Amino acid sequence: MNKYKSEVLVGMFVVLTIAAVMLLALKVANQSVGGDGDTYTLYAKFDNIGGLKARSSVKVGGVNVGRVTSITLDQEDFTPVVELSILKSYDGFPETSSVSILTSGLLGEQYVGFQPGFSFDGVANLKDGDYLQDTKSALVLEDLIGQFLFSRGSDEE
Amino acid sequence: MKFFQSIGAKTIGKLTAIGRATYMLMGALLALPRLKNIPLTIKQVHVVGVQSLLIIIVSGLFIGMVMALQGYTILVDYGAEGSLGPMVALSLLRELGPVVTALLFAGRAGSALTAEIGLMKATEQISSLEMMAVDPLRRIVAPRFWAGIISMPMLALIFSAVGILGGHLVGVDWLGVDVGSYWSIMQSTVEWGEDVVNGIIKSLVFALVVTWIAIFKGYDSIPTSEGISKATTETVVYSSLAVLGLDFVLTALMFGIE
Amino acid sequence: MSLLALLVSLIIQGSINKIAMDHLVEIDNLTFRRADRVIYDGITLSIPKGKITAVMGPSGIGKTTLLRLIGGQLTPDEGDIQFDGDSIVAMSRKELYRARRRMSMLFQSGALFTDMTVFDNVAFPLREHTKLSEDLIATTVALKLQAVGLRGAAQLMPSELSGGMARRAALARAIALDPDLIMYDEPFAGQDPISMGVLVKLIRGLNDALNLTSVVVTHDVTEVLTIADYIYILADKRVIGEGTAQQIRESDSELVQQFLKGKADGPVPFHYPAPDIENTFFGGDK
Repeated sequence: MNKYKSEVLVGMFVVLTIAAVMLLALKVANQSVGGDGDTYTLYAKFDNIGGLKARSSVKVGGVNVGRVTSITLDQEDFTPVVELSILKSYDGFPETSSVSILTSGLLGEQYVGFQPGFSFDGVANLKDGDYLQDTKSALVLEDLIGQFLFSRGSDEE
Repeated sequence: MKFFQSIGAKTIGKLTAIGRATYMLMGALLALPRLKNIPLTIKQVHVVGVQSLLIIIVSGLFIGMVMALQGYTILVDYGAEGSLGPMVALSLLRELGPVVTALLFAGRAGSALTAEIGLMKATEQISSLEMMAVDPLRRIVAPRFWAGIISMPMLALIFSAVGILGGHLVGVDWLGVDVGSYWSIMQSTVEWGEDVVNGIIKSLVFALVVTWIAIFKGYDSIPTSEGISKATTETVVYSSLAVLGLDFVLTALMFGIE
Repeated sequence: MSLLALLVSLIIQGSINKIAMDHLVEIDNLTFRRADRVIYDGITLSIPKGKITAVMGPSGIGKTTLLRLIGGQLTPDEGDIQFDGDSIVAMSRKELYRARRRMSMLFQSGALFTDMTVFDNVAFPLREHTKLSEDLIATTVALKLQAVGLRGAAQLMPSELSGGMARRAALARAIALDPDLIMYDEPFAGQDPISMGVLVKLIRGLNDALNLTSVVVTHDVTEVLTIADYIYILADKRVIGEGTAQQIRESDSELVQQFLKGKADGPVPFHYPAPDIENTFFGGDK
């Protein structure tokens, strides 16, 4: 009798845990974009990556298409290289596409904005391992203020 | 001279205790593959897991509610109350779930384990097992050990889930954060692989350490009422310190280094 | 008791097959120290087969230690302990566990498992070491409990038993596997006269009925003299007297007489050993 009761209670404990895991899996967490088969890799060189971090998202018009997997510094020309892994299902961006580092909201996280370029004859699609040529760096607040003051100064003269 | 001697004696004492504890742990771990032990382990999951459930659920609910209340008052100043969901969820999954569960577990189940095993020793039950040619490590220690390791991550997951619901209760139902943004921003921020799984790993490590300390303190206690009361106190103190210390190390390894 | 007769025939058959040896346990020149304190200094004694052997001595000389040494829970510093011809000291862990299935020990507190019923307590060694079906276990347990007069208490928890009943239940558990050797650690300590009488009767009865070898460690002189076939008296780290009850009573050893009569001072000193008593009180006569 006692044994039976404890087994029932342990069973309920297990069910409760499964319910908690379901809640966490379905409502709380997103499944990470990962797995080698699902994605392909693109590289982009920026002059300045600002506050971009590994795991920041890559968006096309606000739709999440991938993630930043790593950020390294090119040892030859000392510019940051950002490795992007893009979902296989979003395939066929033309070579003329550009990427820029944007900020969501005033204080939000930085992410990679991906603008697909125009495709016309003679322009191939981006393949795994390609470098994106057209990049716009992150806006750095100090630089902006500096430019603003500089241009004000030159206006007054 | 006396000073050095006392340091030496203490060091040797601690090292031999660690040695005995490791020996005990090995004995318990090697005792896994016995089918006979499964019902015993289930019974212990009932004792350490199910009986800790109430305190875990109540604490989780209140901690989630408090986090929502505190977080809201800060976030609303920046107009970022939409980020309440991820704030509550991340704090719970990464930190508070595993850590508070481990601390509560040490107080609720760990101390009980120490006292139970200590009293078994005092009433010669452990000696008696040995004389009956039954290995106490296999019969007494192993089921409790595995029960602790199984139960604590389960409790931590329940704690986090209840906490997030508690945050919803205060944040959404009471303070009027938008339901959609609570869940959707949470969902876009929280990573299953990073946040949830790392929380479970933390919790497993804490389970190992707390259960190990609790059982060893009981098994190694001096079998008098004073010795057992000392062992029980030490279980709670050592486990809490170990959990908090390890939490820092694990957090640094998991989230600190990009 | 007719049930016991059945068991007796079974066990006697088992024992007859063995080579007849006079002694089940032989302790040879055993020295045991705990930290710096010497508990035993070269004692030699043997436990005759099929008899009740009593080991007596004042409290605190480590009589329980002796039982733990025989059970292999402690290892002597010097000397040897043989159980049925095999050295306990030299045994591997596995061999020791096998040897322990043939011995059992009745602890002072009874040491019943507090989380199970009396029935499950007695069934415990059977479930651990045999592959008997539950039906057969139930029958065996009922037999053992009947032997100690507690068949009606099978479903009680140990906390519901009186001290004497707990000890009897523990005794039923100790004989569950039909051991060759049973060791009693202070079986009479703290018992009222009735339970004491019951225990004396049980120890004698079980020993004869099951053809057990019993070792009783105690300091209750009167009870022991009535049931023991052979008696050892330990004091001062050594064996100070041995013999049958009659021989012990008639012993001319001052030590033995002091113990039997319960004199406060004598060869076993009233004082705990203290350094240089002459120096302390008389300023050094030497």
